[in-house]
Amino acid sequence: MAEPVLETRGLCKSFGALKASDGISLDLRAGEIHAIIGPNGAGKSTLIAQICGGLRPDAGSVHLMGRDVTALSTAARAGAGIARTFQISALAMEDTVLQNVLLGALGARGGRPGLFGSALGDKTLRGIAEEALERVGLADHAGTPTTELSHGQRRQLEVAVALTLKPKAFVMDEPMAGLGTSGSERMTRFLDTLRAEAPILLVEHDMDAVFALADRVSVLVYGQIIASGTVADIRSDAAVREAYLGDAE
Amino acid sequence: MSRESLINAGLIGGLLAVPLAALFLDAPFTITLATKVAILALAGVGLNIALGLGGLVSLGHAVFFGIGGYAMGILASHAQSFSPLMEWPLLIEGTKSMPVIWLLAVVASAFVALAIGAISLRTSGVYFIMITLAFGQMFYYFAISWPAYGGEDGLSIYVRNGFPGLNTLAPIQFFAICFVILLAALWFNARLAKSPFGLALNAARQSAVRVETVGLSPFRLRLLAFVISGAITGLAGALFADLNRFVSPTMFSWQLSGEIMVFIILGGVGRLCGPLAGAALFITLEHFLGGLSEFWLIYLGALLLIVVLFARGGIIGLLAGRKVAHG
Amino acid sequence: MSTLLLAEQILNGLQFGVMLFLMAAGLTLVFGVMGLINLAHGSLYMVGAFAAAAVAGWSGSFLLALVAALSAAAAAGALVEVLVIRRLYARDHLDQVLATFALILIFSEGTRWLFGSFPLFLDIPDALSGPISLPGGIQYPLYRLALIGIGLAVALGLFLLISRTRLGIQIRAGENDREMIAALGVDISRLYTVVFALGAALAGLAGALVGAIQSVQVGMGEPVLILAFVVIVIGGIGSIKGALIGALLVGMTDTLGGVLLPEFFKLFMETSAATSSGSALASMLIYILMALVLFWRPQGLFGGAQ
Repeated sequence: MAEPVLETRGLCKSFGALKASDGISLDLRAGEIHAIIGPNGAGKSTLIAQICGGLRPDAGSVHLMGRDVTALSTAARAGAGIARTFQISALAMEDTVLQNVLLGALGARGGRPGLFGSALGDKTLRGIAEEALERVGLADHAGTPTTELSHGQRRQLEVAVALTLKPKAFVMDEPMAGLGTSGSERMTRFLDTLRAEAPILLVEHDMDAVFALADRVSVLVYGQIIASGTVADIRSDAAVREAYLGDAE
Repeated sequence: MSRESLINAGLIGGLLAVPLAALFLDAPFTITLATKVAILALAGVGLNIALGLGGLVSLGHAVFFGIGGYAMGILASHAQSFSPLMEWPLLIEGTKSMPVIWLLAVVASAFVALAIGAISLRTSGVYFIMITLAFGQMFYYFAISWPAYGGEDGLSIYVRNGFPGLNTLAPIQFFAICFVILLAALWFNARLAKSPFGLALNAARQSAVRVETVGLSPFRLRLLAFVISGAITGLAGALFADLNRFVSPTMFSWQLSGEIMVFIILGGVGRLCGPLAGAALFITLEHFLGGLSEFWLIYLGALLLIVVLFARGGIIGLLAGRKVAHG
Repeated sequence: MSTLLLAEQILNGLQFGVMLFLMAAGLTLVFGVMGLINLAHGSLYMVGAFAAAAVAGWSGSFLLALVAALSAAAAAGALVEVLVIRRLYARDHLDQVLATFALILIFSEGTRWLFGSFPLFLDIPDALSGPISLPGGIQYPLYRLALIGIGLAVALGLFLLISRTRLGIQIRAGENDREMIAALGVDISRLYTVVFALGAALAGLAGALVGAIQSVQVGMGEPVLILAFVVIVIGGIGSIKGALIGALLVGMTDTLGGVLLPEFFKLFMETSAATSSGSALASMLIYILMALVLFWRPQGLFGGAQ
């Protein structure tokens, strides 16, 4: 079997007595969407923060293309190829939509951003940025201040910034949140095509989207993965139904 | 042309017109006041790169102002006493040449900014404010207790330093030097704000996490901004010392750090010409109110309080209206 | 240097440290509960000193002077909180810095206008004047010893206030969770005024106590304020324990550094050069200490993770 693109091995993280991650091992393989589902407080955000670099695990490691990136900073992991989108948008709110995607293109280029020249006038950067906006359907909003975007549009912008990074793996935290039915369907279709570019670790509450998209689903409860498998496996798993789906439906 | 650009043009034109008029009316003191405005505005432009673009509330920028001042004081005092600065391992003589002094002022303040920034940018928020303030005080006490260059009494330079081809003793010519440097700094600031670096720095101010997530280090962006900022304020310090032909530890004082910040807030935070508008207002108030009352700083305090509480855009904000997203 | 002299300097460092603690405690409380950085805290120190000097000059009673200092500083603190400070809680740090910088200008110039530019003097009360013999043959000024005692007593009182009283529970709740104190039915704006006035009273007390061994003048508060900031950075924001340990560290380092460094330099330099380099380095010592602590623990010795 080919080496996984992204892999965690035995991640543990405690906050006082609370075990937010309790030996989490999972992987993300080329071309797939691997969904992580679980009730609120299951430790999904803590898991993402350890994968992307916001939190240092107490034990365990994170690997990207076989390389141990556990000791790297968030910025270095992004540079190595992990692109993250946020559940609660982390955008430069005073800037325009275009400036936010330009920032992504700038980061992806590597090195120190130039002191001279114009960011908006850089044709290469701008090309990458506008293409990303086009793909998520925000091309008409390039000049809009980010504060004026709806919550759903901010989620699209998050994805657009991640696209500019040309990453090896996407880590997406609830990209469907706030999108509404039609927006959610459009995002689902988009992510469906995106997996060919780079695999997606998808944390999502929208079960329709998860069941439509995921090649594999892992269920996280109290910091542990209680089940992992195809959509069909998970739907029929008794433990999952009891721990999670039973409550939700 | 936007309203803010018109106001900027008016401010710069005004700063040029006042001393020219004073030249014809034979009022050299007014030229000196205008020169002071230009120099203090330059110090403010330096701070504004850290504060306005980078969101770094440095309450210790007098450090760089003082370093620039002492760069001038030390070089010029060795030149006027014909004693070399150091003889071993290589001979370094003092100098009365402004360009050399400026170079030293810029390089020295940049190095000090690198050291202070490397430590204080590990923190953020109030910690950063308190630490920059504390380092300012460190330099202040050091300047007082180090006797080699005048200690508490400071250093006097008898004749203003020279610039090739100009007579710096003529107030209008010295003004011209300061004015051109201020314009250059404003131009640089405007370029920087539009540059890729400016985009990233500005984004780091709004969301450090965002910048990290695209693979850039907010710490490095801020450190470079802090160094550039300190270097410009240091250059202003060298000019200020030349204006007064005097340097003393008060150039390092926390009051001065506060005042440089006050220029920015009076003028308008994040505005290109905010420091110029603020410095001009400050000097005007100091000149006129200071003539009326010994306690004019009470009025300045009250005005500042009103601006902070009720008119956060400062002068330029009042005149130009709400700031629109740039780009 | 003799052991006696060293012991005396250690006591001086302790005395300086506990006075710094009085300043730092108020600052760190105000920051911990309200999230406010207050540059005008040094002005409240000055208000306390001036009130004490004025009342002592008029009544001749040091005790009355201390009461005046406490009440004047607390009243000034409460007034400023109601008029200005409470508008700043929701603002960013830049606004807080600038508004409280404006308050410094108003307080300083207002005091100069009221009392003039010349320093006032506050006499040590007769009962506490003169030296006292300590075990080991140390002769030490009784007043300074009293300062150490008062400072430590206030520190103890503050710990008890915070750990044992209703107000203390509210303060701790305010530091952790603002919504919770509202849920507890506490009048938040009243709590904030009380905490601010409490911090102001501590600063005013410190100003009056130190005013008797230094001169009382405009601008006396800010150098102490900045030292208190160093204390807080070292100790960790919001921690009273951190403020106490930080204050003692800073007090000791500054006092002992000023005495010992020139002596140390004399070991390998001629006397005048040793004195000047020693005292120049000593003036930077606490800031170097701060930098070292920051390098090792950016959140301060007792600060939680940011």
